[in-house]
Amino acid sequence: MLLYILKRLIYVTPVAFGVSVVCFLLVHLAPGDPLSAVLPADATQATIDEMRSAYGFDKPLPVQYAIWLWHVLQGDLGTSIATGRPVLGEVSRAVVNSLILASVATLIGFTFGTLFGFVAGYRRNSVLDRAASALSVFGVSVPHYWLGMVLVIIFSATLGWLPPTGAGPDGSGNWRPDFEHLRYIILPAVTMSVIPTGIIARTVRALVADILAQDFVEALRAKGMDEWGVFKHVVRNAAPTALAIMGLQLGYLLGGSILIETVFAWPGTGFLLNAAIFQRDLPLLQGSILVLAMFFVLLNLIVDVMQTALDPRIERA
Amino acid sequence: MTAPVTAASVALDGAVTTAPPAEAEAFIPSRGFWGHVGHRLVRDPVAMAAGAVILLIIAVAILSPWITPMDPYKGSMLRRLRPIGDATYWLGSDELGRDMLSRLMVGARLSLFMGVTPVLIAFAIGSAIGILAGYVGGWTNTILMRTIDVFFAFPSVLLAIALSGALGAGIFNAIVSLTCVFVPQIARVAESVTTGIRRRDYIDAAKLSGASALTIMRVQVLGNVVGPIFVYATSLISVSMILASGLSFLGLGVRPPEPEWGLMLNTLRTAIYVNPMVAALPGLAIFIVSISFNLFSDGLRTAMEIRQ
Repeated sequence: MLLYILKRLIYVTPVAFGVSVVCFLLVHLAPGDPLSAVLPADATQATIDEMRSAYGFDKPLPVQYAIWLWHVLQGDLGTSIATGRPVLGEVSRAVVNSLILASVATLIGFTFGTLFGFVAGYRRNSVLDRAASALSVFGVSVPHYWLGMVLVIIFSATLGWLPPTGAGPDGSGNWRPDFEHLRYIILPAVTMSVIPTGIIARTVRALVADILAQDFVEALRAKGMDEWGVFKHVVRNAAPTALAIMGLQLGYLLGGSILIETVFAWPGTGFLLNAAIFQRDLPLLQGSILVLAMFFVLLNLIVDVMQTALDPRIERA
Repeated sequence: MTAPVTAASVALDGAVTTAPPAEAEAFIPSRGFWGHVGHRLVRDPVAMAAGAVILLIIAVAILSPWITPMDPYKGSMLRRLRPIGDATYWLGSDELGRDMLSRLMVGARLSLFMGVTPVLIAFAIGSAIGILAGYVGGWTNTILMRTIDVFFAFPSVLLAIALSGALGAGIFNAIVSLTCVFVPQIARVAESVTTGIRRRDYIDAAKLSGASALTIMRVQVLGNVVGPIFVYATSLISVSMILASGLSFLGLGVRPPEPEWGLMLNTLRTAIYVNPMVAALPGLAIFIVSISFNLFSDGLRTAMEIRQ
C-alpha cells in the first residue's frame, strides 16, 4: 500500500508541475503588461521600466517562472493589487467558505443520489427508475446559475422564507454552524447539489444493476440469505466507486462554484475570482486558480488511494 | 465509405466488431452502419422530440432578423418589465422596455453560436491530437497525453473562467477558452478509441497492401473512430451551452446591448422582485436547449450501441 501511494505521488508530481506552469502563464496570456492594471495612465517610460524591473518582468519567462515557483513553494503567492494584502490569506479565507458550501452540497447530493440510484437500480424500468433517470438528466442539463435564481424567486422573493444572498445576517465574510447561518446556506447548497445528485444517481443505478446481475448475488440467494443480507453485499460492492465519484464531485463543485457563488454573493473563492477578474487583479486570479487546481489534484490523489484501500479487487501494483 | 466502416458496428467503448456475413444480405439490401443508426434513432420518440426542438430553435435563430415581432434593441422607459401575456409584449418586456420575445429569438443566434462553435473546433483539434497519439503510440502518445492530463487537473468551469478571465471579456475570447476546455476531453476519448482499433486485422491488411501511415490514419482509422468521437462531442454541446451562457452571465462573454441568453439573465437579475417570471425566461431558454442536446445525444449513443 505504501509503495502504491509512493507511485501515485510520483505520477502526480509532473501533473502538479504542469498545473503550476499553466497558472503562471495565465498572467502572461492577459493582454498588455500585467502591470498596466496598476500603473497610472500617464506613467513615464522611466517609471514603467523601474516597475518592470522591480517586479522582475524584464527577465526572461523561464527565469520569472523559477522565481515565482520558488516563492510559491514558500507559501508566498504574491500581493493582491486591489487590497494590498497577501494573496494567500485572501484565498485561504475564501477557500474555507467555499469548502463548507461545497461539502454541504456534496453531502446532499450523495444522500439523494445514492438513494435514487439504489431504488432505480433495484427496480429497473419501473416508474421510480424513470423518475430517477429524468432527475439525473435534469441535474446535468439545468444551468445551475438559473436554478439558483429560480429558487431565490420562489423561496426569497415570493415566499420570503429564506435569505436570498450572503453567508450570514451580519454581512460578515465567515459562515458559522448555527441556526441563523444555516438559513443562509440552504439555497446555495441545494442549488449546487443538483449536479452531483444527478451524476451520483446515474452511476449508482448502473453499479447496482450491474452487481445484482452478477453470479455471486444469485449464489447468496441460493444459499438462503435474506434480502437485507444481499443488500449489504451490494452496498459493500458499490461503495468504493460511489465514494470515489463523491470525492471527485466535491472537487468539481469547489472549482466550479464561481457562478453559484456570484448568484448568492457567497464569500468564497468564486466570489474572489469574480472580483479578481473584474478588477484585473492578476496575482489574486493566479493565486486562487493555483490553490483550487492544486486542491483538485490532491483530492484526486486521495480518492485514488482511498478507492484502492477500500476495494480489494483493484491491483495495487 | 470504406468496407470496414459499413460492415462494422462501432460501440462507444471503441470496440469494433465485424458483422457476421448475414444470410439475408443477398435478399435485403444492407442499410450500412449509419443506416441502422438512423433507423433506430427515428424510432426513439424522446430523441426525435429533442431533435425537433433543436431544429426549431436553430430555424428561429436563422430567421430571427425577419420574423421578430418587434425591434429587439428598441426600448421604452415607459413600458419596462411588462408581465408575460401583455397585449403588445407577448412574453413581457425587459428592464429597458425591450420586447422579450424578440430578444429571446435573436438571442438564440449568439447563444447557439457560442455554445456549438467551441465543441466543433475542439472536435477537429481534439480528434487530430487523439488519433495521432493513439495511432502512433510510443513517446508521441506519452508526451501528448501527459500534457492533456495537466488540463484535467482543472475542473472545466474553473478552466473556462480562468482562461477567459485572463484573456478578457469578449465573444472571441470566450470561444477560445471553451475550446481549450473541450480539446483535452475529446482528445482523451479519441486516443482511447484509436488505441482500441490500431491492432485490428484491417489495419494490418492496409499496411500489407502498402498504404502509407497517413493514408491509413485518414481512411481506416478516421472512418472507424469518427463516429464514437462525434457522439461524445454531441454530449458536450449541452455543457458548452451552459458554460458559454455562464461566461456571458458573469460578464465575460457577450457585451450589452447584444441579446444573448446568459447576459439577459444577468441584467434581469435586478428584476426578480418586480417581475420574476420574465426574469427567469432567458434561463429557461438555455435549459430547454441544453436538455434537448443531452436527450438527443443520449438517443444517438443508444442507437449506436448495436450488439450482434
